[in-house]
Amino acid sequence: MLDLVWLVPALPLAGFLILVVLGRRMGEPGAGWLATAMCGGAFVASAIVMAGLIGEQGENRRHLLTLFEWMKVGGFRVEVGFLADPLSITMALFITGIGTLIHLYSISYMHGDPKFSKFFIYMNLFVFSMLMLVLGSNMLVTFLGWEGVGACSYLLIAFWFSKDANASAGKKAFVTNRIGDWGFMCAMFLTFATVGSLDYSVVLEQAPLIAPATATAIALLLFLGACGKSAQLPLFVWLPDAMAGPTPVSALIHAATMVTAGVYLMTRVSPILTQSYDWAPSIIAWVGVITALFAATIALAQTDIKKVLAYSTVSQLGFMFLAIGSGAYVAAIFHMITHAFFKALLFLGAGSVIHGMHDEQDMRRMGNLKKYMPITAATFIVGWLAIAGVPPFAGFWSKDEILLSAYEKNPALWFVGLVTALLTAFYMSRQVFMVFFGEERWRDADHPDAPEPHESPWKMTLPLVVLAGLATMAGILNLPFGNRTHFLERWLEPVVGESEHTVTAAASAQIGLAALAVAGSLVGIAVAYRIYYQRKMEPVEPAIMAQGWKYDTSIAAFMGGPGREAFEATATFDGTVIDGAVNGVATLVRGSGVHLRKVQNGFVRTYALGVAVGVVALLAYFLSRVTF
Amino acid sequence: MDNNEFLTEWGLTLMVFLPLAGALLLMVIPKAQEQMIKVAALGAALASGAVGVAVLANFNYDSSEKLQFVVNRNWIEAIHANYIVGIDGLSVPLIALTLLITPLVMVYSWNHFPQPHNPQAFLILMLVLATGMLGTFVAQDLILFFVFFEVVLLPMYFMIGVWGGEQRQYASIKFFLYTLFGSALMIVSFLALFFVAGGDSFSMVDLAQGVADRNAAGNLAMITQVLIFGGMFMGFGIKVPMFPFHTWLPDAHTQAPTAGSVILAAVLLKLGTYGFIRVALFILPEAAVKWAPYIGALAVIGIIYGALGCLAQTDMKRLIAFSSVAHMGFVMLGIASLTTFGLNAAVFGMVAHGLITGMLFFLAGSVKDRFHTLEIKRLGGLLLQAPKLGWILGFCIMASLGLPGLAGFWGEFPAILSAYNPAPALSQELFRTYMVIAAFGTVLAAGYLLWLFQRTAFGTPSEEFADVEIEDVRVSEWIAWVPLLALILVLGVFPNIIFHVTDPFLTVMGNTFAGLK
Repeated sequence: MLDLVWLVPALPLAGFLILVVLGRRMGEPGAGWLATAMCGGAFVASAIVMAGLIGEQGENRRHLLTLFEWMKVGGFRVEVGFLADPLSITMALFITGIGTLIHLYSISYMHGDPKFSKFFIYMNLFVFSMLMLVLGSNMLVTFLGWEGVGACSYLLIAFWFSKDANASAGKKAFVTNRIGDWGFMCAMFLTFATVGSLDYSVVLEQAPLIAPATATAIALLLFLGACGKSAQLPLFVWLPDAMAGPTPVSALIHAATMVTAGVYLMTRVSPILTQSYDWAPSIIAWVGVITALFAATIALAQTDIKKVLAYSTVSQLGFMFLAIGSGAYVAAIFHMITHAFFKALLFLGAGSVIHGMHDEQDMRRMGNLKKYMPITAATFIVGWLAIAGVPPFAGFWSKDEILLSAYEKNPALWFVGLVTALLTAFYMSRQVFMVFFGEERWRDADHPDAPEPHESPWKMTLPLVVLAGLATMAGILNLPFGNRTHFLERWLEPVVGESEHTVTAAASAQIGLAALAVAGSLVGIAVAYRIYYQRKMEPVEPAIMAQGWKYDTSIAAFMGGPGREAFEATATFDGTVIDGAVNGVATLVRGSGVHLRKVQNGFVRTYALGVAVGVVALLAYFLSRVTF
Repeated sequence: MDNNEFLTEWGLTLMVFLPLAGALLLMVIPKAQEQMIKVAALGAALASGAVGVAVLANFNYDSSEKLQFVVNRNWIEAIHANYIVGIDGLSVPLIALTLLITPLVMVYSWNHFPQPHNPQAFLILMLVLATGMLGTFVAQDLILFFVFFEVVLLPMYFMIGVWGGEQRQYASIKFFLYTLFGSALMIVSFLALFFVAGGDSFSMVDLAQGVADRNAAGNLAMITQVLIFGGMFMGFGIKVPMFPFHTWLPDAHTQAPTAGSVILAAVLLKLGTYGFIRVALFILPEAAVKWAPYIGALAVIGIIYGALGCLAQTDMKRLIAFSSVAHMGFVMLGIASLTTFGLNAAVFGMVAHGLITGMLFFLAGSVKDRFHTLEIKRLGGLLLQAPKLGWILGFCIMASLGLPGLAGFWGEFPAILSAYNPAPALSQELFRTYMVIAAFGTVLAAGYLLWLFQRTAFGTPSEEFADVEIEDVRVSEWIAWVPLLALILVLGVFPNIIFHVTDPFLTVMGNTFAGLK
């Protein structure tokens, strides 16, 4: 049963290959159904493997399947293989599960697009790469998936490539990620040089023997890679731009799965992180929580329905890194799963709104959509309550776990996290009130005949309903009522058990912290209600926040200014100095040739003299060098 | 004589000289018989390829560290030069690459010979080139090696100078003189080596033995070895080309006709890197240790410098040419590490670069053919006008920026990794610094390649081409490209295909360096 793990990535790969060959002929909607079926098949395969794992206990709850030797050269050996353990299968399960729903949704969403089949080619390739990333048995296979998802993300962001902004956004995502990949690569070099292998089984077993300095370097270099892929400071700039892609892509890649790859990676190598100096996890926690706060402040001033969600994703990913830095790996994975549910739900809901509003994304032109799109509105509200941290929705449970661990790590971390949670509740309420409540604003002076919004077809609303159910119930995965209800924690125990931080706070303190968190959420919602629903207070949306603290524009200015000058200077240097030297030598030679021509006077005696002088000189030289 | 014996005796010789024989044959075919000329040329290339395949099929891969199919005949007795040919694991991949590229280039050019047309002369030059390239990869005698190495020069000179772009005169003369300058220093080194090593043979194996013996006896000054290596460094380094001797390359590539560019990128540059391993490192290991830090430094400078140069280019072909400087930097970094691992990476990098950059030049040629310009800012929207062409370009760009799963990755990644643990005689700190910088080169590579793709393939066609009918990939292009594209993918998934062949020989070499202090 466990050997079937190869099927999990193989099915989407097969879908990709079939669609490359036949996609155009299958057309719409056939290509979409095939891709959905392949993704669904992978889900079933994951479930079967999971059932197999449940049948095993403790140490045996992992399975290694080697396909073939990838490369073996000069003592370096890497295999293509899969590691099925609770962590990787959990990831595979929710990737394929959400992936299937989003594939299904896309059949409707991409309806009528001339590149319908191409879209599903990329989607299946993405799912395949993502599964390679999480199932890979060594860092290099993970890296293959890591780069693969990056390439798919690039292609999908730039899907409507005729518009220059989309094409630029794709490029930006890829290049920014490459900066992180630099860290990933260097971490692999360091790991291989230290441990002599890239296999997780070997590396993690040897982790306690790695010198703390080396472990710290590996961990932080990997974290740099994670910062790129998971859009953390300072590398988050690509994610808001990535919203240029079709909305299902934003939901699948830029909210639920790919951007969580960094969280997965750090969880996977948790023993290395444990072995590092104490300040290494602190750095991760602080980067996470500051990113969370920073992105939340930007989100509360956005007017594009997808941009709010994009910054919100950056912020929520920051929470996951806060968890990792606090040693709460289970909470990180827990939040990753709940976030995947409610954020995919919110994005797909936003897509449904955009679809129903005839490609309008500006929230200032929406309002009262609950009347026209009841299913979308109801499910979106579920997603809102989940992300805002209102019990009993899923987000409450996972966020609470994170804040608890952060509190035990450092109360300052907890406080920033709490403020962020309040802001999260605020900006999400703002979005809900602006979009679904209040007055209808789509007809204005500029758009006198804007058509009425309409509800989306079942292929779009069904995934919304399913995800809404999951976003409500997913808290059950890991309820904080004693060890018995910590299902996820017990399930992941074989993988992260030794690195996991143990909560020591008393139950009363835990309840107190949870109450504070809920209070924070309610305050955020209440303030937003006053401002955006009752309109009794003036909105505070500073321009600097709407512009993302000018972070992005500063980087763009730097790249366009000094950066551009640097490579222009290189080209000038190459043309004038280096090539100038070459041409200079050539001119010199030709010039001296003119003079030297006089030596070629045709008199044999002159040549003979020259030869004689030369011979004497050479002989003299060699004789002086020879030692007898 | 049974078949096998015949192959052992004559296989390599036939493979090398069949193209030359074809060239002679072409000379006697009347110029008007174009079709016959083309068929004969392709026939000669394929015949050479068939013999090559037979040789490679009978090659004993279990002992690929040993020279096989060795032929040793007297040649120019007066100077002790012998006709020694043979192949081992190092030559096999490069020979295969050459055998593949030559006929593909011919097919590609089939109905599209560049101005001033004259396929007869063009194909003759191409066949002579093939002989020169194959000869270089099989020669085991330094004089023979030098002759083949130089034979390559003239046809390429004419190819650029006659069939090139507007500035062909300047570019071709620059290419010729620059390379000749390197060769002059190289032959001086070869001669010095001959005398140093005993003065009775130009065989590489004998020379290496002679140098090793004198080193063991301790009566060969290090400065002599270092100077001799220096001459070779100039000869090979210019060919690679290494920074700062690279400026002939962008000019030559930009002006050369497509076929010339492809051969130049795919095979000619590898003569330099191959020469480094086969001649310089093999014969003068102790001097190589002294030179390696400097070679590594120039390699890393080349990686960053080439990438920055790319970002400033306005011409598609020139950009690809500049990217060669960066990519060959990775190859040279692998060589400079003087480890088994790095050398393997270097050889893989040579093949991968040959396939990928060869493809990129093919594509540039096809774009030029259709739009009559390669100016990046005038292009755009290729995916709308010729989607297949555009996606092939996208695939090659992904391969070129080192996406794992495609061939380019296996030249780049291990080369950088090898710098982490260079040969024991080299400074670890220095090479780790190289590693960190080289790894950053991959970021820049993504930058310039994706920029190129965005400007040419994404967006919409510029106004001047908006209403022009652009033909998508032609049949001759499919035939020429499919093998390359397939190999880029297959080698990316199964890199062991090449590593298995190269590893044994390079392990022996790596062990030599591991033993040096």
